Amino acid sequence: MSKIKIKKLSVSYGNHQVLNEVSLDIPERQIIAVIGPSGCGKTTLLKSMNRLLDLNEDVAVSGDIAIDGENIYRPDIDVNALRKRVGFLPQRPYPLPMSIFDNVAFGPKIHGLDVSSLSVVSNKEREGKGNKGTQRLVEHYLRLAGLWEEVKDRLNAPAAKLSIGQQQRLALARVLSIEPEIILADEPTSALDPISAKLVETQFKILKENYTIIFVTHILRQARRLADYIIFLYMGDLIEHGPAVRFFGEPCDEKTKAYISGEIS
Amino acid sequence: MRPKLKMPSKKWVTRKESGNNHSEMNQRLNKRKVKDNVASVSARGILIFVNFLALLIFCGIFWKALPILSLVSLPELLFSSSWHPMKNEFGLFPFIIGTMAVTLLAMIISLPVCMLTSIYLSEYAKRRFREVSRFAIDILAGIPSVVYGLCGVLVIVPLVEFMGELIGVQTTGYSLLAGGIVLAVMVIPFIVSISMEVLRMVPEPYRESALALGATRWETVKYVVLKKARSGLIAATVLGFARAFGETMAVLMVVGNVAQIPTSLFDAAYPLPALIANNYGEVMSIPLYDAALMSAAFILMLVVTLFSLTAHYALLKVGKTIA
Repeated sequence: MSKIKIKKLSVSYGNHQVLNEVSLDIPERQIIAVIGPSGCGKTTLLKSMNRLLDLNEDVAVSGDIAIDGENIYRPDIDVNALRKRVGFLPQRPYPLPMSIFDNVAFGPKIHGLDVSSLSVVSNKEREGKGNKGTQRLVEHYLRLAGLWEEVKDRLNAPAAKLSIGQQQRLALARVLSIEPEIILADEPTSALDPISAKLVETQFKILKENYTIIFVTHILRQARRLADYIIFLYMGDLIEHGPAVRFFGEPCDEKTKAYISGEIS
Repeated sequence: MRPKLKMPSKKWVTRKESGNNHSEMNQRLNKRKVKDNVASVSARGILIFVNFLALLIFCGIFWKALPILSLVSLPELLFSSSWHPMKNEFGLFPFIIGTMAVTLLAMIISLPVCMLTSIYLSEYAKRRFREVSRFAIDILAGIPSVVYGLCGVLVIVPLVEFMGELIGVQTTGYSLLAGGIVLAVMVIPFIVSISMEVLRMVPEPYRESALALGATRWETVKYVVLKKARSGLIAATVLGFARAFGETMAVLMVVGNVAQIPTSLFDAAYPLPALIANNYGEVMSIPLYDAALMSAAFILMLVVTLFSLTAHYALLKVGKTIA
């Protein structure tokens, strides 16, 4: 089933056209890789899906993006609610200027998520006083991001004190904490050391059970390793997209073949 | 047509052609080195002189102020309220209180305005609007102090008088409140432009992180941007304080200049800078009057310098920690 339907999406910054009438359907609960040479519009495509593009003043967007049938570029859409459904993991982690604990608790707090109603919180804790529930929640998402064991003794330390690999997993926990349906990740491992990168990749594989994960990468091998579905962009045009097996096994387009074989990069 | 490249000098060409003019080349090199030395030594000398100037002023004022301490003790000078130069009573307390009161009042009035303005300009406004506003703020900052004073006399003083009438307080309008308002307007452009710079220093991805979680602009400002920029904003405020503390002309024109400890906003006050500016011309006839005013100047300089140093130190640190 397709989760996201993109129809004739064009994006330009000032006079510079970045995406050219891109149309595609993105399937649910899979890992989707957006690949292509740098400057081909991968990040722009990603940021169009949670309207993070809006932050840029010069940007002009035309076309439709529908998530579960709902056009997210409708003028009356609640952008904050949209971003809660579509989480975003940036290329480099920028921890919020607060403790590790608060970084994870921030999202649920601003969205007023009723901590006690979440499934991860047990009955006993629900009855307990104070923010036991929040504590359980923070632990849950830190575990989900594979960071809990490393930080459980210093939850109140500033998040900026963590290593960059840990910060990236904290960013992942932060995204998960708002219970999104879709996770967008912009080259999530490019700033990381190999071990941290591996940890993030492993988490992705676990998370795809429940989330639709769309990630941008310029590393072809990473796309092969992780992705179930590939979207290939070249100079703002959508060249080819489809299940990873078919995409790598029998690519249709000449450009795809050239890219896979490393002739263009 | 393309302009022809100029050769440095004709000598150069001939030298190249003749091929063995080492002494001439050395001579030229020496000349260049001498010029370089002259430039660097004279620039350094002037710089040292300028740096010394600050110290010189400090020492000079201190030296001129010293005689007052032979007559009155330091605590008496600072905390006595009787100011009767004719009777050799030099208590600066009313003036110190006056300065602090006007400054504090100005900060209380201006801070909310400054913070909201700079937050709006940095976080909400479109680039175009920001540029236009920045220009307007620069113009405000460049208006001479005496013009602010005039506006104060023409607008603020009558307004304060009217306000006093409304709530049944006898006032001429020349008061602490008028001084505070005028001073507030004067420091606003100053604090706003520094605060805005500080806020713009917070890297965009931090905002993006919070916004991507579905935070609103205001939540982003409150929990992320302000936290990141906090020490810088404090520094901007302290610099504003320093500014307000020493501002003379505009305040002098509207504050009333009565040597008393003001007990209400509608009372006249007499800040230190106004005291010095008003009286320095007539000090010759009274012994030690001169020294008393110098001690006032010294206090003023000391406080302003301390403020500025702390703020600059904080701003230096901000640059390192904000990213």
